[in-house]
Amino acid sequence: MNGFSFRRFLALLRKEWIQVRRDPFTLRMIIALPVMQLFLFGYAINTNPKHLPTGVLSVDHSTYERTLLMALKNTGYYDIRPLASEAEAERGLANGELLFVVEIPPNFDRSVDRGDQPPVLVDADATDPSAIGNAAAALAGLMTALDRDLPPSLRSTPGKVPFRFDLHARYNPEQLTVLNIVPGLICIVLIISTLFVTTLSITRETERGTMENLLAMPVRPIEVMLAKLVPYIVIGYAQVVMIMAIAVAVFGLPVRGSIPLLTVALGLFIASNLALGITFSTLARNQMQAIQMAQFTLLPSFLLSGFMFPFKGMPIWAQWAGELLPTTHALRIVRGMLLKGNGLAEIAPDLWPMAAFTLVVGVIATLCYRETLD
Amino acid sequence: MTADRVIDVRDLHKRYGERKVVDGLTLAVTAGEICGFLGANGSGKTTTIRMLCGLVKPDGGGGTCLGFDIVRDAPQIRRQIGYMTQRFSFYEDLTVMENLDFVAAVYEIENRAEAVKAIIDRMGLADRANQLAGQLSGGWKQRLALAACVLHRPKLLLLDEPTAGVDAKARREFWDLIHDMAADGLTVLVSTHYMDEAERCARIVYLSDGKIVVQGTPDEVAKGSGLVTFAATGDGLDLAARTLRRLPGVESAAVFGSALHIAGMDRIALEAAAKSLDGALVWREVPPQLEDVFIHLLSHPVKGAL
Repeated sequence: MNGFSFRRFLALLRKEWIQVRRDPFTLRMIIALPVMQLFLFGYAINTNPKHLPTGVLSVDHSTYERTLLMALKNTGYYDIRPLASEAEAERGLANGELLFVVEIPPNFDRSVDRGDQPPVLVDADATDPSAIGNAAAALAGLMTALDRDLPPSLRSTPGKVPFRFDLHARYNPEQLTVLNIVPGLICIVLIISTLFVTTLSITRETERGTMENLLAMPVRPIEVMLAKLVPYIVIGYAQVVMIMAIAVAVFGLPVRGSIPLLTVALGLFIASNLALGITFSTLARNQMQAIQMAQFTLLPSFLLSGFMFPFKGMPIWAQWAGELLPTTHALRIVRGMLLKGNGLAEIAPDLWPMAAFTLVVGVIATLCYRETLD
Repeated sequence: MTADRVIDVRDLHKRYGERKVVDGLTLAVTAGEICGFLGANGSGKTTTIRMLCGLVKPDGGGGTCLGFDIVRDAPQIRRQIGYMTQRFSFYEDLTVMENLDFVAAVYEIENRAEAVKAIIDRMGLADRANQLAGQLSGGWKQRLALAACVLHRPKLLLLDEPTAGVDAKARREFWDLIHDMAADGLTVLVSTHYMDEAERCARIVYLSDGKIVVQGTPDEVAKGSGLVTFAATGDGLDLAARTLRRLPGVESAAVFGSALHIAGMDRIALEAAAKSLDGALVWREVPPQLEDVFIHLLSHPVKGAL
């Protein structure tokens, strides 16, 4: 009698569906918002982050190489760190620890001295083009970097340079900003349809007095909550499918990772939002307060997660704050899976922080939930 | 617990911050009784009702409702009571039918469709079954709420000011329904501000500052108040009422249709006041009306509590 009743749960669920259908404003928002954002945000963002993590692969450690790396560092865009192997470089790029890998060819000094114009390979993580754009542009100014070390005959002149940079924009070769926006958009839209709408829908019961009636009936709180959550989980996934379908059809978004794994990872992200939403709704006395609390989460999720501005471009304290947000991790997972084809091993470091967040906030929500009106 | 006591609570206390909302309330209601709950706004009626169905936990005291402990067994109590909140608390974006179907499903009623149809017929809601609850007028909303509360055949109905803001005809019909159900053995605890409704209760309980001030049948309450009432007929009643209200010993002076009622606790002072008006008014003593008693209790809460 006190246990979970599937019949009661179904009754609540049916009621929620009717209410969702009868609320044309919310339905319209749910459909229009992601589409509008997809087209509006797609082109807007450009910034100039510096000190981007850069790995260097080299066999010789020659004089010219040292000079060149010093010059890279002096641009302010590159933070140089030596790498042991190509595998390490690949891993670093895939999990986001490195944004660039600079590969100095063997016998670099000799090739330069011979006037062979050897290519220096620069692999860039182009999933977020705005993050690497200015750094990549700065490479052009480095052609004269070796001039002081070189005999006059080999110094750079117009039309003749001592070496070349070969830039590979990895994962997003055309550097389409929209490909970076789509994963972020998926996360933001999910926040709105899960965190916002559930918070509102629970608070609405309190505000309209129907919660008192629900509590006086033989329904369990868990049944009420689950029935509130399920419609919005379904809607959330439907939005993801819609955004991705448009992005694939119109903007050529690649889907390189495993769809089932992505579904699971997004499920965890949705769970973290719902836990937060329930917590807010137990604290908020009316829908206005609920909106304010949800806004309070939305803003940092926009600004600090790496959606609006490149994560690596933020000061350290802001990066720490960003690490606390589920959106930051969800964003990395979605970007990594769609554009880089990341698998479980690469996304694991971003899965557990979301799981921990969900657990902690879920406990808070349970503690705050009142079965009485006290 | 005595077998026929549907509500049996002792010494209930509840405070919100510094304010004692319910202060040592003891109440017993027997099966099949319609018990009226009266008192000024904020006297603790709603909080008491909420404690009875486990929506608010008492700070002190306790007891049983339908034989179940009000603190421990709230889920069992909720299955067998119908609670109608003061504010309309069904879903305005659902139709009458959908609201009732939802309630029926939540109570896991067998043959849901039949039960819903039966209650719609009984409450005369058939014409409005497919209307959104939000579009109903006050009287119809209240009828829907009552239908939803009795759908699962509860043994006890807790009605919190069910007729507030509803017109006289709808109120009359509502009370006819309640008496009809009480005849079938349903116990009803109903809070109200209306005197005509109080007079339709088998027993009334008057609350002030979270305490019971008087209780009994409407007759007992009226007679036991010690209030003396005179009625007068004649011309210029409104003017007379204004003059009388200022005189010592007159606690209330009000015109009811063609009669002026004055009431007070002090017979001699009241008689003196009545005689002081030279004129054509003819006075006679009448038994105190429930309304006079409540006005007296409302304006003299401390004296009344003696």
